[in-house]
Amino acid sequence: MAAPILRRGFPGGRWALVWIHGGCRHRNGAPTGPTHGSTRGRSSVAQQSLQTAQKPRKGEHKWETVVGLEVHAQISSNSKLFSGSKVCFAAPPNSLVSFFDASLPGTLPVLNRRCVEAAVMTGLALNCRINKKSLFDRKHYFYADLPAGYQITQQRLPIAAQGSLKYSICTGQRRSQMVTKTVRIKQIQLEQDSGKSLHDDLRCQTLVDLNRAGVGLLEVVLEPDLCCGEEAATVVRELQLILQALGASQANMAEGQLRVDANISVHHPGEPLGVRTEVKNLNSIRFLAKAIDYEIQRQISELENGGEILNETRSFDHKLGCTVPMRDKEGEQDYRFMPEPNLPPLVLYDTSCLPAGADPQQVINIDRIRDSLPELPSVTRDRLVGEYGMLPEHSFVLLNEVGLLEFFQNVMKETRAEPKKVTNWVLNTFLGYLKQQNLAVSESPVTPSALAELLNLLDRKVISSSAAKQVFGELCKAEGKTATQIVSEQRLELMQDREELERLCHATMDEHPQVVMDMKGGNPRAINKLIGLVRRASLSRADPTVIKEILERKLSP
Amino acid sequence: MTSRGLDQQSQGQVRSFGVPVSARPTVSLPVSAPCRWGGCAAPANRVPGSLPRSEIRPIETLGVEALADGPRWLRPCNAGADVDLSAHQSPGPGVDRLNTSIMLGRTLREVSAALKHGQITPTELCQKCLSLIKKTKFLNAYITVSEEVALKQAEESEKRYKQGQSLGDLDGIPVAVKDNFSTSGIETTCASNMLKGYIPPYNATVVQKLLDQGALLMGKTNLDEFAMGSGSTDGVFGAVKNPWSYSKQHREKRPLKPCGDGDGDEDSSWLIAGGSSGGSAAAVAALTCFAALGSDTGGSTRNPAAHCGLVGFKPSYGLVSRHGLIPLVNSMDVPGILTRCVDDTAIVLGILAGHDPKDSTTVQDPVKPFVLPNLTDVSKLCIGIPKEYLVPELSGEVRSLWSQAADLFESQGAKVIEVSLPHTLYSIVCYHVLCTSEVASNMARFDGLQYGHRSAISVSTEAMYAATRREGFNDVVRGRILSGNFFLLKENYENYFIKAQKVRRLIVNDFLNVFNSGVDVLLTPTTLSEAVPYAEFIKEDNRTRSAQDDIFTQAVNMAGLPAVSIPVALSKQGLPVGLQLIGRAFCDQQLLTIAKWFEKQVQFPIIQLQEFMDDYSSVLDNQKLTSVSLQQ
Repeated sequence: MAAPILRRGFPGGRWALVWIHGGCRHRNGAPTGPTHGSTRGRSSVAQQSLQTAQKPRKGEHKWETVVGLEVHAQISSNSKLFSGSKVCFAAPPNSLVSFFDASLPGTLPVLNRRCVEAAVMTGLALNCRINKKSLFDRKHYFYADLPAGYQITQQRLPIAAQGSLKYSICTGQRRSQMVTKTVRIKQIQLEQDSGKSLHDDLRCQTLVDLNRAGVGLLEVVLEPDLCCGEEAATVVRELQLILQALGASQANMAEGQLRVDANISVHHPGEPLGVRTEVKNLNSIRFLAKAIDYEIQRQISELENGGEILNETRSFDHKLGCTVPMRDKEGEQDYRFMPEPNLPPLVLYDTSCLPAGADPQQVINIDRIRDSLPELPSVTRDRLVGEYGMLPEHSFVLLNEVGLLEFFQNVMKETRAEPKKVTNWVLNTFLGYLKQQNLAVSESPVTPSALAELLNLLDRKVISSSAAKQVFGELCKAEGKTATQIVSEQRLELMQDREELERLCHATMDEHPQVVMDMKGGNPRAINKLIGLVRRASLSRADPTVIKEILERKLSP
Repeated sequence: MTSRGLDQQSQGQVRSFGVPVSARPTVSLPVSAPCRWGGCAAPANRVPGSLPRSEIRPIETLGVEALADGPRWLRPCNAGADVDLSAHQSPGPGVDRLNTSIMLGRTLREVSAALKHGQITPTELCQKCLSLIKKTKFLNAYITVSEEVALKQAEESEKRYKQGQSLGDLDGIPVAVKDNFSTSGIETTCASNMLKGYIPPYNATVVQKLLDQGALLMGKTNLDEFAMGSGSTDGVFGAVKNPWSYSKQHREKRPLKPCGDGDGDEDSSWLIAGGSSGGSAAAVAALTCFAALGSDTGGSTRNPAAHCGLVGFKPSYGLVSRHGLIPLVNSMDVPGILTRCVDDTAIVLGILAGHDPKDSTTVQDPVKPFVLPNLTDVSKLCIGIPKEYLVPELSGEVRSLWSQAADLFESQGAKVIEVSLPHTLYSIVCYHVLCTSEVASNMARFDGLQYGHRSAISVSTEAMYAATRREGFNDVVRGRILSGNFFLLKENYENYFIKAQKVRRLIVNDFLNVFNSGVDVLLTPTTLSEAVPYAEFIKEDNRTRSAQDDIFTQAVNMAGLPAVSIPVALSKQGLPVGLQLIGRAFCDQQLLTIAKWFEKQVQFPIIQLQEFMDDYSSVLDNQKLTSVSLQQ
């Protein structure tokens, strides 16, 4: 199968609801890296996670798993967290580095207002308590891509804390039941990203790119309320949607804008929590689920075989599909946290405590940010269900597929077709086609207008639904023809001339006296056969309901 | 006869101004006062006892205008000296051309006036200073002399003066900058192997502000490595020698070593300049520039100012930008100012002060220019004498001068009270924890990757880091990094860092309590004694020395307060002694105003380098070095 999927703009999130919508099962999901897996390989991810989560093998029931996540989201901002350097993905190496980013001695951090606003927005969206005073700390460790020898973060008093995030997961044997769960948010902190080290093993050298050094990150720390890869994947996808809706982060995992560390442990029910391991730098939702489920299984078999779990940092080898200890993080690190002396406490205000006469440029008003929050994904889904009578799971698919909701809404704007019909077309015919072709919504050959036009033809009964499918197939060839042109060129209109249709019915009845006899004899299925025959004679241009009506009238006593 | 002439006559001893000790029942000073200033406004040029007190009082009613024509002893420190620089002079060619060498001993304000009146050109001034820098090279005051830069700046300044477009008081004024301020295109070493050859691509905000005013950057001055020290003896470029070692005042008074014959003694008997901004202090004291930037974390500007007979000012934390200052302790560092008089400090402070968008710890409030009024009445002032500052190690002479100063204030009507700063005792040990912790953090960036020294050892990244840092830092820096990292360890953080922070808060509250009780400024010694010889200084290690020498200056940095060291007199050995005034946070102008009044009372003498110039000019340079003393 035409393969590798080093495609832009497509986070692994497409995969998040594979279990809900059958058509998704065969998606090619992996957005990053040179992928060598086949469709079968990819599908097995979901299946594996299903097994872990839902159908524990014999003997496994005695284990409980605890999964906690730390999500790093790169803030979508023009400049870095503490310097004026531009933030831009894939710029030439070291082209976006200020003196501060390179940690030249004597340089000082200056906090980026936009990053603070993004953190406050995210905190509000995740139902957090926003701390009106928060502090910055230095976290020390030596690494080539950390030029200052420390990262500025918010360890002691973060900007937001104690929130929650709701997410929905499919349960039941046929995975048709949606259950809403909640994961608690421990805290959200502002911090600096590091640079990138590129190891050239051939020449035995390490190259450092500081473009990313100092970019603002939101670290969202989740409480360990999760129990499997699927839950973790769903939560991360939901968080990704929220960040994107807020504009706080582009949260594109393929570009490293969203990275996840997972803390995993297993224990027997009623016993203290087990020793945890941390799997670092998971950069696709699919790998996240896979790594967590692998790590759970690894820990269980380790313990069942009399081994012990080390408190260690591991990474996920996506080629081997397993987690491995990270070599460069041996031993426990003491980060020697210390208050950042060059940044005064970050003070936020709400309308009740705005300082009089303060420079608006220097003041961030939490209430104003709350008032201007955009619609969040959960609200969007409720609206879709309420407004269009859509099934909740359909609303999930619409949001989870990047660009699909917008596509759907654009189609809705231009068509008078029933919302249910539009939903059906968008989720089945349209999305099915994209998945089969391994395309993103943005790459679709069919525009919302073209689909709307087609649905209008169908709605006005100009064409039959089978003809519509045929037209859709033509539209996908992207030959620049409109639905109307295709219909007329290929003579796909429904027969509007009732007399002609009646003649056709009559002729068909004459040609198939046996079927007519069966019908008269009371066989209810016989009429369907006759309808089929008439349609075939009409070259599929006749509306089956009209045919049925004519036939019934002709055959009625 | 000038006031200076009188000073010279009376120099060389702790001056007694002839007014008998009076009983002061209202104030119990922690010091006994065997001799004191006699409550006169300008005792130095007064024949003891010749002016009754009643004649001094008119200072209140004379006002500023009257001062210009008033009695000589009422004039500001250097005004009304040999050359009249009053604004009525015309700058016509050939008129009033000055011996430029005389200019070198002037204050910044005076030389600025001379520049404005065309009595001297920036290039002449610059060349004279450069020449003196070369002649005093043995002082080791400068690490880098930016001759070309300075001459080019002088040329531009000269053009501006010719076009009548002077940028202000600092246009054409030679200044020096401590070598821990980043200077674009000029090597900035922090006196460390780690930064040898490091040329910053940007100017520290304070440097930029000086340059924007047309100041001439003569060079980068010596210091203890990364400003860690109190003697300017621990830098990779060697120790700074105190110019007063070679002054006439000291040479006439210093005790001769029994076995030493004259010449052989030269090298071992020189005195330390104090530190860590010793290079800046020596540069100003040796008359090679008119103002210098130091940095002050625990007293690093005030200490060498006291030892070199200069005004050394530490502004309130947050008043002056630290951007570009290579940090020692971010929460205590401030750029400091070293000048020959308080008015000069005020001029420089007026230019440096204010919010810097690049330093988030600078205050947002707009800063007004620092023009210091001539204080004529100190009767509304309350001067606090912290009793904890009377320590056994304090030398008798400093103690005596401190006491006399208190008496001076009191005799002029100020209320002088004893106050208590009970937690001062813990300041040094607390500082040790906080300083080393921040040092450990700040020094983490010196890993040899981005800039500065990189070891040739490249077995692994870790090995390279370790070797780079071992080769790059001296023992003092490495020792502080080690202790700091120890204090920041998870298991120690609560017991050391957090506790030290709490003690710091107590120290801050001590000051707040005192100032809230109505005290305007605190009067304290700056140093335990006058400058000591190098040979003696190095008998103790850096840590012991820093702990000893910072005791009067360091708590101020904990609290972020403004403080200034004013030279008050020469010791028995003919060496400067300074006293410190500490003000309320952001009351820098009030502090300097009081300091200016105090300075005027004490009439500290100018350094007389003529003798040493004569001695050395033949050795160092055949060209006859003109007198740098104002004495004619």
